[in-house]
Amino acid sequence: MARIGVFVCHCGENISATVDVKKVAEAASRIPGVAHSVEYKYMCSDPGQQMIRNAIREKNLTGVVVAACSPRMHEPTFRRACAEAGLNPFLCEMANIREHCSWVHEKSEATTHKAFDIVRTLVAKVKRNKALLPIKVPVTKTALVLGGGIAGIQASLDIANSGHKVILVEKEPSIGGHMSQLSETFPTLDCSQCILTPRMVEVAQHPNITLHSYSELESMDGFIGNFKVRIRKKARSLDEKLCTGCGLCVQKCPSKKISSEFDAGLGLRPAIYVPFPQAVPNKPVIDREHCTYYRTGKCRLCEKICPTQAIRFDQEDEIIEADIGAVVVATGFDIKHGDFFPEYGYGKYKDVIDGLQFERLASASGPTLGEIRRPSDGQVPQTVVFVACAGSRDPAKGIEYCSKICCMYTAKHAMLYKHKVHHGKPFVFYMDIRAGGKMYEEFVRRAMEEDGVQYIRSRVSRIYERGGKLVVKGADTLLGSRPLEIEADLVVLATAGVAQAGAEQLAQRLHVSFDAHKFYAEAHPKLRPVETNTAGIFLAGACQAPKDIPESVAQASGAAAKVAILFSQSELVREPLIAVVDRQAPPLYSSCVGCFLCQPSCPYQAIEKEEIRDRDGQLIKTIAKVNPGLCQGCGTCVALCRTKSIDIQGFSHEQVYAEVLALLNRGEDNV
Amino acid sequence: MKTGFYPGCSMKGSAREYSESLLAVARELGRELPEVPDWNCCGATAAHNIDTDLALALPARILAAAEKDGMNEVLVPCAACYSRLSVTRHELLDDEALRNKISGLVEADYQGTAKVVNIIEWLASIPDLEAWVKKPFAHRVACYYGCLLVRPPGVVKFDRPEEPQSMDLLLKKMGAEPIDWAFKTECCGAGFSVSRTDLVAKLSGLILEDAVSRGAEAVIVACPMCHLNLDMRRPQIEKQVGKKINIPVIYITQALGLAMGIPARKLGLQRHKVAVKLSPRTAES
Repeated sequence: MARIGVFVCHCGENISATVDVKKVAEAASRIPGVAHSVEYKYMCSDPGQQMIRNAIREKNLTGVVVAACSPRMHEPTFRRACAEAGLNPFLCEMANIREHCSWVHEKSEATTHKAFDIVRTLVAKVKRNKALLPIKVPVTKTALVLGGGIAGIQASLDIANSGHKVILVEKEPSIGGHMSQLSETFPTLDCSQCILTPRMVEVAQHPNITLHSYSELESMDGFIGNFKVRIRKKARSLDEKLCTGCGLCVQKCPSKKISSEFDAGLGLRPAIYVPFPQAVPNKPVIDREHCTYYRTGKCRLCEKICPTQAIRFDQEDEIIEADIGAVVVATGFDIKHGDFFPEYGYGKYKDVIDGLQFERLASASGPTLGEIRRPSDGQVPQTVVFVACAGSRDPAKGIEYCSKICCMYTAKHAMLYKHKVHHGKPFVFYMDIRAGGKMYEEFVRRAMEEDGVQYIRSRVSRIYERGGKLVVKGADTLLGSRPLEIEADLVVLATAGVAQAGAEQLAQRLHVSFDAHKFYAEAHPKLRPVETNTAGIFLAGACQAPKDIPESVAQASGAAAKVAILFSQSELVREPLIAVVDRQAPPLYSSCVGCFLCQPSCPYQAIEKEEIRDRDGQLIKTIAKVNPGLCQGCGTCVALCRTKSIDIQGFSHEQVYAEVLALLNRGEDNV
Repeated sequence: MKTGFYPGCSMKGSAREYSESLLAVARELGRELPEVPDWNCCGATAAHNIDTDLALALPARILAAAEKDGMNEVLVPCAACYSRLSVTRHELLDDEALRNKISGLVEADYQGTAKVVNIIEWLASIPDLEAWVKKPFAHRVACYYGCLLVRPPGVVKFDRPEEPQSMDLLLKKMGAEPIDWAFKTECCGAGFSVSRTDLVAKLSGLILEDAVSRGAEAVIVACPMCHLNLDMRRPQIEKQVGKKINIPVIYITQALGLAMGIPARKLGLQRHKVAVKLSPRTAES
């Protein structure tokens, strides 16, 4: 006979404000098989857990139902408490009467009744729970880092320095990311390249890091500690081992007028190119879309002049397979481009540019060698308007969030402009200035007070060309909303920071979740900011939300620490809530008939074939078998099995039916 | 699909030519546009400044009458009326209690089944409009949307509020060449036409000057108020800017009528204060 303990939690007022917890506990005590039923203000507190431990020992309980919050919250807490009192932890279940009941309903009798119904179903279930033992799996101590920007670089170095192997995958021909495009960095105005390139070189030289540039993740299977990945190494069209990076091919390539991605469209590059002088690896790549040979079948000039015969026109993409224990996703962000701001003439007027383009104009390695010259005619602009919040915090544009980095880089841009064009007039249009960060507010004040950047609290209603000038219209809201027009030579829009194109597809490949703006979702916004909801996959940098360099680096080190913690164990313990195939005594051996419909249905390739043989080695039958290391307990095979021979431990047919019947008042637990 | 027509006061008075040209075009296209039976004033700028219930009740009565008559949509050519009717439908569909209250006030059971459409939506819904064009309206035009056609975006859910394109697309279909300009949705001064004519002259002057400076031969409008300010207030505008501005202001339905070969008189072009004299390209084509 079952002896079930029911523990109803008030959760402060979270539950008790709308649910009559006393009544629920009383009613639960009358369910057949319930030997103990109490309520308490904070069940998760130490005294609360002690109540459970004591009751298990004193009342000799065979199962526990804790009616409280979501199992995502406290199931581990209560299962541990049960284990401490000698009860198998899988004999403890949580009835979620908070998220599923008290939080979503008004105070009423019906709400209390629903809470009781939830408790009742879980009592019916727990009576049929079986003691289970956790599964142990090994850990592959190699990390995969996706994205070679500053976050990916930092995470790779930290993991590598803690003694573990790292595979770093970057989709562009060089690592460095957006940071390599920046001119100077706030709030210190140190040169971005100067602080970044030593790290890039360190990555290239680190014995524990394998770098795959110009590569992308093709697919990923498996689970924490045991992922299997396939990486597509895109054809660079040259033999990297032979190439010395001399750059002759780049100099001689006849098609030189291709818009440079690195210069944000403001500069040109040849068809065979190295994105920037400090690139890692410093090996060129042929852009097949623009290369004369791939388009017309003629040219091959690079092949002729290469001193080491490294050019390989027939090279194909290569697929690299690897076993991985953990993943750090550091794929970064992008800024909003295109037809997003027609009223600002973005994409229409050459001299309305975005923040990354301004970085290239200000950068010594940029198309103007660091002189601020506007794109249309190469003139030095005398008046420059910087527009903060171009798209951010603007529900009408579908971007409600603050892009966070723009206040700071706009102040930096205005400052850099003033440092380079002393008589120039910089204006900043802003909504609010969000300069929270060490030395950030001081930096913005410096722009205003020392460099004479004029800040105007106004949104910009329109930008249009008139007589060779860009007219910027707004209204100074600190001066009685007086309409205001500034004739500018150059306008820089701090366009919103957005998720990378393809973020959604990558998320699907990795099985991680993302928010409405396609930024990757952390497991908990406060307490688990570097973990995803998929065990073994961590986040670093702006793929999670717009972030500046210090934050990205901090998070990357955080993710690396999480990986190091994971790799500090030789094996992992997994919950045994997996599928199992029926086995029984002869003559049937198993109810499985070996149709293997389950096999193609399994998303994790966890179903194997098992041959049952007699003592003489004669084959009796072939049945399905679940690999406990691979199974994720999703239950797809269970739904498809024609003979009901597969069941999920902890969520068996019997348990689930019992829950449904209890809810329908038809089960034995009817009250 | 039954489309009703809500003229409002302008179309019966100062904007008669808008109504004339619309009905002439509709006749040619073989579209019937029965008026909403027993329609009343939409409340215009006055009602919603005085009494929220009244501002909702007046349009609700119109829409309820259209529904009762089996109309699936109501064409509202005046942008101001369009705004009032759209806002009312939006607010009442959003709030059942308010809907019941206003229904009670107008003694009708308003359900919100009749959609409110503006002139551009209606014209854009006509398939193969190009096929009706006999004499392409081959002019550089400045498409002027004004404030109410595209705003507030959450209510009208029509085109992009800051840089709309729908009228430009229609004019292209008529053979015109819409210019890229900056004053598409700037304010003309609207209802201040009488009380602050100086303001209207200033704002409308900016609009006309930009259109002229970018080589437009005509300003195309879809709102009687805009037309009144840009056309009838021309003497005040000219005084304000200190020079003569000859650019004519034409309703979109008049431009379409001309393109369809409907005689100018039937489109009411003679009623404008600023003479509609377009370069001979119309005659040639």
